[in-house]
This record gives sequence, structure tokens and C-alpha cells, in this order.
Amino acid sequence: MTVSNPGIDLAPRPPAGGEVFRRSGVGRRFAGVPLSRQGARVGAEGRAFFTSRWLGVALIAPQILLIFTFFYWPAGEALYWAFTLERPWGGGNEWVGLGNFTAMLSDPVYWGSIVSSVIFAAASTALAMSAALVLALLTDRELRGSRIYRSVLVWPFAIAAPALGMAFRFILAPEAGFMAYVNHLWPGLWNPALDGADAMICIVVAFAWKYVSYDFIFFLAALQAIPKSLIEAAAMDGASLLRRMRDIQIPLVAPTLFFLIVINLTDSFTDSFGIVDIMTQGGPARATNLMVYKIYFDGFKGLDYSGAAAQSIILMLLVILLTIAQFRFVERRIHYK
Amino acid sequence: MLRGKLLCAIGALVVGSLFVQPAAADKLKIDFWYGNSGDISKRVQEVCQHFNDSQADYEAVCTSQGSYYAAVQNTIAAFRGGKPPTIVQVFDVGTLDLMLSDAYYPAYKLMDDNGYKVDWSNYFPGIRAYYASSKGEMYSFPFNSSTALLYWNKDAFQKIGKTEAPKTWEEAAADMKALKGAGYDCPLAFDISQDESWQLMEQFSAVHGEPIATKNNGFGGLDAELTFNKTKFVKFVTDLKSWYDDGLAKIKSPNTGEDYVAAFAAGHCQMTLTSVGDHGNIGRTADPGMHWDVAMLPVYDGTQRHNSFVGGASLWVLKGHTPEEYKAAASFLNFIAQPEQALFWSTVTGYIPVTKTGFDYMKANGFYDKPPYKGRETAIASLNVEAAGSGPGGIRLGSFLQIRGELSNGLQEIFANKASVQQALDETVQRGDAILRRFEATYKGKVLP
Repeated sequence: MTVSNPGIDLAPRPPAGGEVFRRSGVGRRFAGVPLSRQGARVGAEGRAFFTSRWLGVALIAPQILLIFTFFYWPAGEALYWAFTLERPWGGGNEWVGLGNFTAMLSDPVYWGSIVSSVIFAAASTALAMSAALVLALLTDRELRGSRIYRSVLVWPFAIAAPALGMAFRFILAPEAGFMAYVNHLWPGLWNPALDGADAMICIVVAFAWKYVSYDFIFFLAALQAIPKSLIEAAAMDGASLLRRMRDIQIPLVAPTLFFLIVINLTDSFTDSFGIVDIMTQGGPARATNLMVYKIYFDGFKGLDYSGAAAQSIILMLLVILLTIAQFRFVERRIHYK
Repeated sequence: MLRGKLLCAIGALVVGSLFVQPAAADKLKIDFWYGNSGDISKRVQEVCQHFNDSQADYEAVCTSQGSYYAAVQNTIAAFRGGKPPTIVQVFDVGTLDLMLSDAYYPAYKLMDDNGYKVDWSNYFPGIRAYYASSKGEMYSFPFNSSTALLYWNKDAFQKIGKTEAPKTWEEAAADMKALKGAGYDCPLAFDISQDESWQLMEQFSAVHGEPIATKNNGFGGLDAELTFNKTKFVKFVTDLKSWYDDGLAKIKSPNTGEDYVAAFAAGHCQMTLTSVGDHGNIGRTADPGMHWDVAMLPVYDGTQRHNSFVGGASLWVLKGHTPEEYKAAASFLNFIAQPEQALFWSTVTGYIPVTKTGFDYMKANGFYDKPPYKGRETAIASLNVEAAGSGPGGIRLGSFLQIRGELSNGLQEIFANKASVQQALDETVQRGDAILRRFEATYKGKVLP
């Protein structure tokens, strides 16, 4: 999934591309070569484009080859398997048409899995982004120690999901770690081993904790790009700290906000199985059986390749739809300039 | 200058290694992939080392894949890619997938073709039944084998005036009450998450002689249906739930902060049901002053005891290799079946010997009289309560990990008071049957060998 960085201006560029091209070393290499033999030329609007089709193809070929090998090929294979019953060790597969999809979609447990995925995505995105925004707003004020926070807050993103899952499983265990004290005060309050809601809170907290750092970097970068003069002017007009945040800083980081919503939601649908596998294994009683974990479990542990392939396609469609919906309905309200 | 020296050094190393290589390259290398990790993985490496040192022709290159699932998964990928390892370790419930594939070279045939005379009746009947075809031909080599036992804390039982482990569940229930009365907080530890229902459902059904599925637990064909919602297992779950509600039995899992094996070893819980493979682990981690022992799983009063099932993994030889490589594989498999290797393997891991000669050799060596290993012979006894052929001897059901997952979810509903015992087990069986039908459709036209 590629989403362009809103830090980069998305509006039509001023016709300066040609100039940049000419100034670069690449431009000079073509100087003196007759126009017809030149691989690229500068158009009337100042944009650079290629006249020879093959040079362009040759330049994008490595990238296309990579994407084909590691994305389209396996995705095509999955598409085929989704319509068959594939034997794990090979040696035959039965064509079943839409059988795998109807089996999934007529299963109430699978719908339960979709619902828990949506709850998880919404909760973890909201938690991670709001925490990251608050931290970034505070760090941006250059309070004492903000340079340290800036470095320290980035680290959690580098922690692998299994290690993270282990740590949080211990911290949130009802009979050991921190939550044991809470349970000591209010016996029976917290038990993710049997209470589905508690287990969901566990994976939401663990996942959000990791993404707080990621979101934080982007928010901080966006906040620091806001001209200080705007905030100083508002302060001189008597706007309070909260007012300045609400009326100036948050609207100005809206493009980043939108970018992070897309990334966070997408990742919470597709990148959460490591944490689920270590912390809850989809339980208790399927409360945290997220779609992506079910794919992993059915495909890799159950060796039901076709069922997992069909589920992957459903998940892929869901994420695509969600992203389209966001661009269609949310992005309209974002002003990049 | 420094760079020049470095290059020289690297060059020298490269040239040096070129000279060293040929000596090692004389040996024919075969790949062996296995799933064990941690301490057991080190022990597998030692076995490989013993084999490599024992002869000059072959070298087994043994690689841990991290887990049983990963070993199967990676081997499937390698097999589909045309570069499978020669030998792979496949865990018990993956046996059926292998049997229905065209990916293997049957163990009995491999040994025959390479001139090894193996006395297959030397393997314990329960172990043999699990890995043999319906004709009794062994398709894979039993490797690490285990079964479930009751672990009990002798010190705690002494406090309630008992010197023996409970033989029936009625007795066990009375003991749990007494232990609770004597101030013990957690008389019985158990877990119901994911795979952990194997000792509660599978081994319980085995020792009670109750069917898990029709068609002889699936040995009679791929159209078997689950039956454990109509057997004594229902009563057991009902009792376990009431013990749980009374605080006599506790769920101990990584999610609660301590798993049941660790809880027993630490003395926090006084009884638990787990594999004999944990015997070594508990011996090493328990307080040396703690007295504990193992016993056969309890049965309900008035039930005739049957053989427990074997668990663990076996070694499969895969297609797609040269006759020379198969010769090497046969030599390796023959080597690990020797009684001396059985003794080494069982000593360092806790897994049981898989052959009668291995067991006799260990007995003759006084293995079972030595304190840290004493009690492990109970596992052999538990697997051989009755003569061969009286029960299914195992489970042969497709996608069994998914069925375990369904059961775990069903049990969690019961213990969270979301469903009644019968209701949840009925639903589990219904969903499990759907998984079996899906497996059957995937292997349409195939019959069990």
C-alpha cells in the first residue's frame, strides 16, 4: 500500500521541473546529443519526459519485476487458490468456484472476526493517534527535556511484535506483573485469560503503544513545519495554549492526520497478528480472533491454504474499500495549502 | 595500507578455506529439518553430532525451524520449490497430511531398499499404530515420543495424610478438597487455550476408552465424525468446571502470568496433567527440596483403564533425492534407533524410548532407578496397559489443530459462563465436523493408506 507523504506538496507543481532537470547532472549528460536520439527532452511546460519508449520501460523494469515477483505473482496464486481446494503438499486441487467465500461469509464466527477486527482497528488507531498528538504537541513546545523525549519516543517502533507481545502479556497478566496489584484491590476485575473485553484491551494497548512512536514522528515533523510567527501572533492576540492548539496547530497538521489515519487503520488490519499470536492467540472464546490472525491460523497452522487465500482476498477488498472511502469522504475536508 | 593488509588477510582466509573444504566435502551431506527449539534443539544437534562422528561417509546437517508448525510449513515451501530436506520431523497431528501427500518415501520401504532389516514389532504397539498404514507398514520413524501423566506434589499430599496419587477422579476430587482445606490455594492446575486441551480431551478419552470420532477415531476413513460431545468427556468437563468454580482447580497459562508446568514446578499448584517430556524440565526447575512424582492419569470409578495415546513427532523421508542420499538417510535413521542413542536421548530430554530393546537396555542400565529419572517408566506403563489392537491407538483426523482450536474456544465459553457444557461441546463438534468435511473434500478421491 503506497500512500504519498502529505509532507510533500500534492498540488500541481509550478513549472520548475525542467529547470531542476537541466541543473542536475543527468541533464548535462544529454547536452549536445541531437534531440531525436536523446532519451529525454524538456516539454513545453517545463516537464521532463522520455521520447524513447524503451528507455522508460528499461528504467522501470527492475521495480516492476520486484513488484511482480513479490506481490502480483503470490497474489495471483492466492486468487487461484481461493477458488479451489488446494492440497498443502501439492498433488491436486479441486475447483470449487465461490465455495470458499460462501462458506466463510455464511459462518457467524467469521462475521464475529470481522467485527472484532473493526473494533480493534478503530480503538487502536484512536488511542495511538490521540496519545501521539498530545505527546507531539507537548514536545513541540520545547519544554525541558523535549530533546530526550524526541529520541526516546521513537524507540518502541523498532521493537519486534513478539518481544512487545511478551512484555505486555506479562505486564497485563492478572496474577503477575502490574495488573496483579489492581486485582488485589478489586478481586476478579481483570482477567484477559477468560474475559474477551479484557483481552481486546490488551492487544489494543500493545498495538497502540507501538504505533504511538510512529505517529509521533510524523506529528512532530508537521508541527515543526508550522511557522512560529502564526503561533506567536495568536499568543499576542491573547489566545490561550489550548486555543492555539485547537485553532491553529491541529488544522494545520490535518494532512498528516489524514495520512496517519490511513496508515494506522491499514496496519491494524494487516500487521496485528504477531501481537495477537503471542498475547491471546485469538481467544478467549474468539474475542480477539482478528481477520488477519484467522488467516495465519487457518493457513499456517491448519494448512487450509484455500480458506486462508479466500480470507486474504476478503481482507484485501475490505482494506481497499476502507481506503477509497477515506480518500473519498475524509480527504475532501483536508486542505493541503 | 591497512586496507591492503585486510584484503591479504581475507584472501588468505578464502584460500585457506578452499584447502580445508575438500576434506569435509568427502562426506555426503543430507538435510534434516526439525521443529524443536531451545534445550531440546541442542539435544537434537548432539544426536546429529554423534551420527556424524560415528562414521566417515555421511554428514547430517540438522537445522531447527523454530517450531513444529514452522518445520512443516517450511518443508512444504521447500518441497513445492523442488528443494526439500531429505528428512523432516513432523508432529503427531500432522501425520495424516503427510500420509495423504505424495511427498514421502515410506520408512519401511527405505530400510528394505537399503538393506536394513528392521524388526518393526520391536516398537511399542501404541507408537507403531500412530505412524503405520492400515496394513501395518511403518511410514515414518518414531522419534521424540511422549504421553500424558499426572504430576503430584508428595509434600502437599503428605499434609493430607496420603502417600499415593489419586487413581480415580472421584479420589482426586476428594484430595483437591482436602488440599484446599489444608491451605493450598491451587490443588490442580490446567489450561484450556489453543493446543492445551490435548491432555484434557484426547488423553482423557484414550485412557477411558471413549471414542473421539467415529470410524475408529478416523483410522477407518476420511468420513469420520466427532463424537466427544456424547462421551464421558462431557461429565469430565462438567466436573472440571465445578472444581474451577469451587476454587479447587485453576487455569494457569501464559496469559494469567504462569503456565501450569511452571506453577507445578514452583510449588504453587499441587497437581497437573502434562507430558512426560516435561519430566526433565520440572526436575531442573523445581526446588530441590520439593518432593514430587508422576502417576498415570486418573480414570472415573468403575472404568477399565485403556492405553494412553502417544504424542510427539516422527521423522519422514521425502521424495526428490538420489539413491546415495537415501542410503545416508537410512543410515541416520538406523543409527538413532540404536538402544545407546535411545538411552542418551531419553536421559537428556525426558522423552520415552520408542522400542522395547531401547527400554530394556535402559532398564538394564539402571536408568529408571536413578533419582532424577525415576518415575518416567510410568509413561511406558501408561502406553501399554492392555495388549495391542484393543483400541484405535491414536487419532487420525484431518486439520486436527483447527479442531483443537474449536475445542479450546468452546471450553473458554464454558469457563467464562457464556454457554452450558453440553451446548458448547455440541457446537464444537458441529464446527469440528465442518472442518473434517472440508478436509475430506480437499482430498477427494484419496483413501487412507
